[in-house]
Amino acid sequence: MEQDITLNKEGQGLAFLKPLVAKFTPKFQKGDLVPWLKKSGITLLSILLFLGLWHMGSKALYNIEANYKIEKALTEQGQVAADAERDCIASGESSCQPNTLPSPTQVWASLQTLIADHKVINADKAAFNQKMAATNAKLVAKGKNAIVYTGRASFVDIVLTSIKTVFAGFLLALLIAVPIGVVIGLSPSLRSAFNWFIQIFKPVSPVVWYLLVFMIVKTLYIGDSSDNAFVISFISVGLCAMWATLVNTAMGVSSVDKDYINVAKVLKLGTFQKIFKVILPSSLPLIFTGLRITLSVAWMVLIAIELLAQSQGLGLFVWEEFQNGANDSNAKIIVAMFVIGIIGFLLDRIMLSVQNMVSFNKNEGV
Amino acid sequence: MSTETILNKGTTQNGIVFPSKVMLDLSNLKKVYPTPKGDYVVLENLNLQIMKEEFVTIIGHSGCGKTTMLSMIAGLNPISGGNIAVLGNPVKGPGPDRGVIFQSPSLMPWMTALENVLLGVNQVFPHATKAQRKDIAKYYLHKVGLDGAFDKKAIELSQGMQQRVGIARAFAIKPKVLLLDEPFGMLDSLTRGELQDILIEIWNKEKITAVMITHDVDEAIFLADRVVMMTSGPSAKIGDILDIEFERPRTRKSVLEHDDYYTYRKHLIDFLEH
Repeated sequence: MEQDITLNKEGQGLAFLKPLVAKFTPKFQKGDLVPWLKKSGITLLSILLFLGLWHMGSKALYNIEANYKIEKALTEQGQVAADAERDCIASGESSCQPNTLPSPTQVWASLQTLIADHKVINADKAAFNQKMAATNAKLVAKGKNAIVYTGRASFVDIVLTSIKTVFAGFLLALLIAVPIGVVIGLSPSLRSAFNWFIQIFKPVSPVVWYLLVFMIVKTLYIGDSSDNAFVISFISVGLCAMWATLVNTAMGVSSVDKDYINVAKVLKLGTFQKIFKVILPSSLPLIFTGLRITLSVAWMVLIAIELLAQSQGLGLFVWEEFQNGANDSNAKIIVAMFVIGIIGFLLDRIMLSVQNMVSFNKNEGV
Repeated sequence: MSTETILNKGTTQNGIVFPSKVMLDLSNLKKVYPTPKGDYVVLENLNLQIMKEEFVTIIGHSGCGKTTMLSMIAGLNPISGGNIAVLGNPVKGPGPDRGVIFQSPSLMPWMTALENVLLGVNQVFPHATKAQRKDIAKYYLHKVGLDGAFDKKAIELSQGMQQRVGIARAFAIKPKVLLLDEPFGMLDSLTRGELQDILIEIWNKEKITAVMITHDVDEAIFLADRVVMMTSGPSAKIGDILDIEFERPRTRKSVLEHDDYYTYRKHLIDFLEH
């Protein structure tokens, strides 16, 4: 049984970092090398295969697009224009490049651009702050607001905004869903009273949640010129994502092992003690499963909501790049896609580790 | 005054009150489960009086209603008819005056062994200091032979060790009556023997009135002052009662070598096979 548990936990949570950690620990033994190489070799191979397929695919799409452009020039403007177009494409001139799925190298280059851009903006910001330091000090002394940098946000800032939004939304979901879940889990009559509410609102799309939150927040912010995009987006994210936690908490609380309840009854624990010493600890694993789903849902709906709310995050970034239609816009979108994926993966793994920490094997105790 | 009331409330002679010797009194106990096809009577006309400092084991076929009876005494299962009284006071719901050792250890798996015992101790001795309560819990964990495992999570303990914690938890709350629902049924026979020894050792010291359900004829004889045999359900009641007159403290060896042992054993088996 013990063996099973450890095996199960292998490959979960942050265990995927193990080979990496093992590599840098001095205890690394010779015998571990072969399985480690095998494991990471397979991963590496699959990454290479993926990149290769991507490269070939984007090349094929590029050719289709290029041929279409040349063909079009030929039919509309004749042979000379077609030759000019062909030369232009071959020369790598940015104005006539076919616009399609970018290749891995283009995406990599875009990533470099975005990082370089971030450095430039950071330098700008630092310069600005330095320049304004004296003025700001005076303003603050007079009790006025300091002047802050309001230039373009860099890619790193955008990612940080998104992470901030998702955490604020997650926290909101937690604060709403866990207490309500506990309350309706404890009382069967409240549970049936709330059931229709949950069933109806659970499947509502993120876009509609956004609109609902927008209606309310807009009214509440009347006369306030400050930017409410962040508030709208985190509340919408929280409302979209809280349902899994709500349902799981209610289920966990209502399905506590009868033996534990009997023990609590025999010992005549008070309501408070019964909830905090018996019911909540025993439903923690289910609550955390819910929270994990909530976090991943929050991250997933975040992009759409940021786009709608015009919040300076990844969602808006992707949309603006798409509208922008610049030569490297597509590549930047793909960069954002990977960043979104990787952050989502990391968030999920962090939650899984927390979940493993709080869970106990229920079957063992019975 | 009927004899029954005298037994329950104690007797008065020449102005001196002699306290009753009856700890637990079941009279005309009835349990009915309503089903779509009409009522299903589990227990009917069950009468049993258990004296102070008595250890009673209850034996009977599976499904005869032993566990139902025990959980009614514990107050976890409502009574359909009749009465249950502890020291003359009718039972209304569960409470720590009736400690229960469940069939499964029912420990909170997220707590350590000590915390599990403390959960009850804190409840029963709210005015004791923290250190005193800890001492009580530790004392009973020591008694069940878990000296090194105070801070082990319940989940890390084996079934047998978990049930030891269960025993410690039940004794530590100093109940008036101890109810044991086949506590060793899930253990292998070796561990079962060990735990029987531990149980009887603590019991010899504390002398808490105990009612224990078991399937095991040898266990029933070894532990009990009286073995209560229940008839098969539906409408189960007490079929026969056997007094076990071995001296206490007992050892397994002395019991097995006693001349009466096989007479008792035969009596029980005859009843069960009948």
